[in-house]
Amino acid sequence: MQKWRATRRLLLNSYSSKSRFDHPRSNPISDHSTTISRSSSGFESWTSRIHYRHFATAMIQRNPLFSTLNSDDINYFKGILGEKNVIEDEDTLLFANTDWMRKYKGSSKLLLQPRTTQEVSEVLKYCNSRRLAVVPQGGNTGVVGGSVPVFDEVIINVGSMKQVISFDKVSGVLVCEAGCILENLVSFLDNQGFIMPLDLGAKGSCQIGGNVSTNAGGLRLVRYGSLHGTVLGIEAVLANGDVLDMLGTLRKDNTGYDLKHLFIGSEGSLGIVTKVSILTPPKLSSVNLAFLACKDYSSCQKLLFEAKRRLGEILSAFEFLDNESLNLALNHLEGVRNPLPPAMHNFYVLIETTGSDETYDKEKLEAFLLRSMEGGLISDGVIAQDINQASSFWRIREGVPEALMKAGAVYKYDLSLPVETMYNLVAEMRTKLGNSAKVIGFGHLGDGNLHLNISTPQYDDAILAQIEPFVYEWTSKHRGSISAEHGLGLMKANMIFYSKSRETVQLMASIKKLMDPNGILNPYKVLPHSIVSYS
Amino acid sequence: MKIMVAVKRVIDYAVKIRVKPDKTGVETQNVKMSMNPFCEIALEEALRIKEAGMASEVVAVSMGPAQCVDTLRTGLAMGADRAIHVDATGPLYPLSVAKLFKALVELEKPGLLILGKQAIDDDCNQTGQMVAGLLGWPQGTFASKVVLDKEKQLATVDREVDGGLETLCMDLPAVITTDLRLNQPRYATLPNIMKAKSKVIKKYTPQELNVEIKSDLEVLQVTEPPKRKAGVIVSSVDELIDKLKNEAHVI
Repeated sequence: MQKWRATRRLLLNSYSSKSRFDHPRSNPISDHSTTISRSSSGFESWTSRIHYRHFATAMIQRNPLFSTLNSDDINYFKGILGEKNVIEDEDTLLFANTDWMRKYKGSSKLLLQPRTTQEVSEVLKYCNSRRLAVVPQGGNTGVVGGSVPVFDEVIINVGSMKQVISFDKVSGVLVCEAGCILENLVSFLDNQGFIMPLDLGAKGSCQIGGNVSTNAGGLRLVRYGSLHGTVLGIEAVLANGDVLDMLGTLRKDNTGYDLKHLFIGSEGSLGIVTKVSILTPPKLSSVNLAFLACKDYSSCQKLLFEAKRRLGEILSAFEFLDNESLNLALNHLEGVRNPLPPAMHNFYVLIETTGSDETYDKEKLEAFLLRSMEGGLISDGVIAQDINQASSFWRIREGVPEALMKAGAVYKYDLSLPVETMYNLVAEMRTKLGNSAKVIGFGHLGDGNLHLNISTPQYDDAILAQIEPFVYEWTSKHRGSISAEHGLGLMKANMIFYSKSRETVQLMASIKKLMDPNGILNPYKVLPHSIVSYS
Repeated sequence: MKIMVAVKRVIDYAVKIRVKPDKTGVETQNVKMSMNPFCEIALEEALRIKEAGMASEVVAVSMGPAQCVDTLRTGLAMGADRAIHVDATGPLYPLSVAKLFKALVELEKPGLLILGKQAIDDDCNQTGQMVAGLLGWPQGTFASKVVLDKEKQLATVDREVDGGLETLCMDLPAVITTDLRLNQPRYATLPNIMKAKSKVIKKYTPQELNVEIKSDLEVLQVTEPPKRKAGVIVSSVDELIDKLKNEAHVI
């Protein structure tokens, strides 16, 4: 038995060390967020390489109405949470103050780790009465500066609230606390024969409360829809400490305004999510994955059109990356190889199917692919024959953001656009920037979500000036969204008008004002600073 | 020269193994099955030898239930020319498999038989050695490098052994079993999957090969390894020393 395990280990550690299924942590960075190695020894070198973009904070003034922390406050928190859960340690705070992309850094002096909803409530009630600003933080894997303080906001992390409260095997409804790490929920459900309706590269660190608060998308959205559909209930704590119990487990509930949706995607600016009830689909045994090459973007589109019709009921992911993205992954990620015979292709597509009948699904996928190849939509392709091969294909797609980080500075844009015109932006950006930067495009083609990334050796304001506001204007002109799944955070709080009308944003501001009159919850983020004024 | 390659259908190695509640074996229902990774390496090596012009044909062989055909299709899609399926429903132990291979070798007369060094399900690591013994052929096991000399009909095999490499030279025909670092298997491309559909899979039963399937082994029960206990955080060096001395009994 020992040897048997040793063999498996050997296999895992050799050519499959990047297995997505076995080592999600070795695949830390996705387009959403990341796991970063948080060992204290590694941290020294990590911080020394930090090059923050202070441009964001440079333009913002600390809200003078906010109080500053004093020793009475700290003693009060210790009284509620106990000494151990009130953290002032500098190393820990350095981490909590910094986002994983090393772009945003706050200067908070306090991290609180409540263990119950009641504690969250007491903390917020106190902060509200004292006008102490707070930033709710989950796995700190966001990419828009939404989960770190801008100035000295108190960090509240519900990572200690990590209990699964209940699971109903008939309905598939999971109720759990907000601090549950996504991957732990995935393993919990796996034992029950279910899966989480969302999957993202950061699953080893990100917390479900953060996923819900940011309305995280990910790879399976094309199949299971957004969290607005799968989240059935939420318990959240408002700024004044009131606990909103909306933790329903019903699929249908038309009684008044469905307020839980306000907490999905509002990035902790309206309340802190403490519990979540979520509908989970059954785990199906037959998963197939193909890695395909297409000669042009129009073929990718046609392939999507056909896949939706011919693979409809089993299609579970449709992702694309351009040739530049693939090269980046091949050059910067260890152990990654091109699954296809060497040849120049302009685009690559991953099609995943999930169903209940291995033989039927495989035949169906093969027939579809062969047909598409004969029709010229696909130039070449491979089908994973085992899970290890599937993992290595996914590693390429999921590893692109990590490769970008290794390549130098990166300007990331997460856009929803009509699929038809989506890639034109990448092409225009390339023409605009010429040789000064590497422009790459990849993302969730099935959801009309482009991840436009511009890679340069180091951050350069001149390059930034060429990208912004051009990218936002272009997106606005095509009626796209400047934030598809990453959120607005600090990075894009002032850009909201590119995607939302003045009237809409006004109403958002009124809601914010109503729910958080002192504006203590995640200040300076989501909504434009001009519109959120406090007296 | 013809090369025969063994490919075994096993539970995909990335799948978490679950023991059946009645302890008669592991759960295989609704579990992803794939080609044994060492067999993939064996097949890749055979294909490379053929592509180098040292062999004319690669025949993949699998033994077991009807679904083994799926594994053979994978082998054909990787590039094997044809396949043989020995249809057997009950459990097959290494000696039976070796006898079946001996019978097939006598029918097909390959110049080289390549197998994975072991299958990841039962980890027996016996079949290659047994079939070499039954055939009276030389064997190069745990191969990390294989070089063939077509003229002299010789195979030079590097083996990974404790503390270094051992190089063996043997006459063909021979049996080679493959280790992990021999090569990196290729993927099944769409054109090859298409071609594989028209390739022939010939079926035999053990009776047709005159092999009686029996075993002197009986599986009494299969149990999970004991669960690892959670660690404890000690509060002082003294407590650690005390625990190491009195609980773990290691110092």
